[in-house]
Amino acid sequence: MRDLKLKRDWIHGWLLLLPALVFLFAFTHIPAVTTLINSFFSTPRGRRSAKFIGLDNYDRMINDPVFWKVLWNNLWFALGTIPASVALAIVMALWVNDKLAGRSFVRMAYFTPTVLPLIAVANIWLFFYTPGFGLFDQITGFLFGWPASNYLGNPETALNAIIVVTVWKEAGFFMIFYLAALQAIPVSLKEAAQIEGAGRWTIFWRITFPLLMPTTLFVCVNAVINSFRLVDHIFILTDGGPDNASALLLFYIYEVAFRFWETAYGATLTVALLALLSLLAIGQFFFFDRKVHYK
Amino acid sequence: MLKSTFLKAVAATALTFSTWASAQAVDLQFYFPVAVGGTAAETIQELTNEYVAQNPDVNIDAVYAGSYQDTVAKAITASRGGNPPQLSVILSVDMFTLIDEDLIVPFDDYLSGDEDKKWIEGFYPAFMENSQTGGKTYGIPFQRSTPVLYWNKEAFKEAGLDPDVAPETWDEMVDFGKKLTKKDASGNVTQWGVRIPSSGFPYWLFQGLAIQNGAILANADGNKTNFDDPKVVEALQYLVDLSTKDEVMAPGIIEWGATPKAFFEGQTAMMWTSTGNLTNVRNNAPFDFGVAMLPAKETRGAPTGGGNFYLFKGASDEQSKAAVEFVKWITAPEQAAKWTIATGYVAPRAETWDTETMKAYTADFAPALVARDQLEFAKAELSTFQNQRITGLFNDALASAITGQKDPATALKEAQEQADKILAEYR
Repeated sequence: MRDLKLKRDWIHGWLLLLPALVFLFAFTHIPAVTTLINSFFSTPRGRRSAKFIGLDNYDRMINDPVFWKVLWNNLWFALGTIPASVALAIVMALWVNDKLAGRSFVRMAYFTPTVLPLIAVANIWLFFYTPGFGLFDQITGFLFGWPASNYLGNPETALNAIIVVTVWKEAGFFMIFYLAALQAIPVSLKEAAQIEGAGRWTIFWRITFPLLMPTTLFVCVNAVINSFRLVDHIFILTDGGPDNASALLLFYIYEVAFRFWETAYGATLTVALLALLSLLAIGQFFFFDRKVHYK
Repeated sequence: MLKSTFLKAVAATALTFSTWASAQAVDLQFYFPVAVGGTAAETIQELTNEYVAQNPDVNIDAVYAGSYQDTVAKAITASRGGNPPQLSVILSVDMFTLIDEDLIVPFDDYLSGDEDKKWIEGFYPAFMENSQTGGKTYGIPFQRSTPVLYWNKEAFKEAGLDPDVAPETWDEMVDFGKKLTKKDASGNVTQWGVRIPSSGFPYWLFQGLAIQNGAILANADGNKTNFDDPKVVEALQYLVDLSTKDEVMAPGIIEWGATPKAFFEGQTAMMWTSTGNLTNVRNNAPFDFGVAMLPAKETRGAPTGGGNFYLFKGASDEQSKAAVEFVKWITAPEQAAKWTIATGYVAPRAETWDTETMKAYTADFAPALVARDQLEFAKAELSTFQNQRITGLFNDALASAITGQKDPATALKEAQEQADKILAEYR
């Protein structure tokens, strides 16, 4: 009798898990494994089917200058976007957490970039950056008499121009998490510190910031993932150019797989991306997780 | 009990569907891209609706599939998923890719007799270069264009140039450009002489320069490129010099999409862009403008561009026949005239230009004839096997030279070496 009940519980449990499992396997695990398998084969083309080529694709990847360039670009992109957007998010959250006139309006304004679709945003920024009659050139030309710029068409500035758009887009999103975290910090802590004579600066660094650490971890994980994931605007703003100066890893994967139709090599690059992301996620959770909780 | 009821219901539904489908007209799915401003999408939709209204036995689902890149990606993905469109407009240069992927069938399979042969011969030869290979016709020209030079007559007048004369040669373009480049008191340029956009697909306009200098970028079999030909290097040097040495063009990569707007705003006095923009410029330029053939070096020259109709594998005989009939109808004079007037794309058949509609249009708006006349000097657009990858390499080389990271000879030599590696297996 007890066995039967156990068995029924067991079936019940699996049935409850089933929907989630089906989706997880269909859209995450099976594609990931297929990608790994495909990376050891050549690209099938019409009349020639795929054949096993071992590590040739990986060999090609290591010798592909564009791969290293986009990886390097991605590193700069991550360094440019993560600290800036997180810092900006904290500043904005502190600002709108205070009592000020029109607080909900300012909160909404900060959050707006997050709500807008990235492609639409990129088209607006494309106008901002347009040489000659774009918004930035009209402002700098009118105020300082600067000549027409070409931020997107210059290899030195193209990636930075994209970083600016990304920071603008992301900071508002992260602000929401900080705002929620700030409201969860008991006011008594701050009051106690004030009685002890602590200034605003000390209160921030000794009380607020440490208590925000779990949120910072969460936001950082998201920011890292986004720095590999957000490429929509590149299609509109620069199309990876000039000469791959603003191409990121995921953009390059799309280009290889769906423009050049080299699906096998695309799969190889995807494996590299997956490996990189797994390493980063493991690193963040295992090494930083211990230090973030305030004790 | 429950199971059998369920099965019966499934069977009944399936039966209803199959009888319903067989009683219906031939269904065609047709993908089309839009690459220029204006009313291109609406016009295709209108023409399709008109055809369906006239031919109740055919049902055409015209699907706007985004840019040229998006359309080819969608068509290939749909084909691999076993659900290909029967008909699609895709870049003429993607012909080798589509053959290599084994996705398209030649039109010859559905054309027979002298009348059909004459029909094929009625298209401009310059357009057919990118549409035929190995003696078969894989593409039917439709959304075809060629780059031309637009100039601002008022700016010419202001600079003391004859407003009705465009530069005839490379040197003249530089001379005119120097007179047309205006600077303000602090030395900032307010109006450039010329604008040859280089974002996204710089190879296309650059190919114009290469052809004018007597170079051909790729062979007709699509398996050999000539990127490091000294004449190609010279052409790239000319393009680079326009902004570095002669200072008549803005430095860096110049955005394709913003080019007409820059022209309207007076940022540049001359621009190179597709004839597909003709109607857009006509409707929006706040000044008198002229349209001319691209300037010559050794010869006049321009690439062709734009999209062809392709027939996809996997369609029934009935569907392919209906698709061919539709293609014949939409490229026929009256429909092609409507299309050309709405967009500026070059009507692909000589007879279109003899229709009353076109005659009235060109009498009123002579620039529309320039593109047609330039076809005499036009050559096939760069097209090879693994086309996107090869042009991608070439684009990167051009961009690195334009932005001054590499000198033209080095950049092109590297591109040629990489292209040779990729194309070796197709020789």
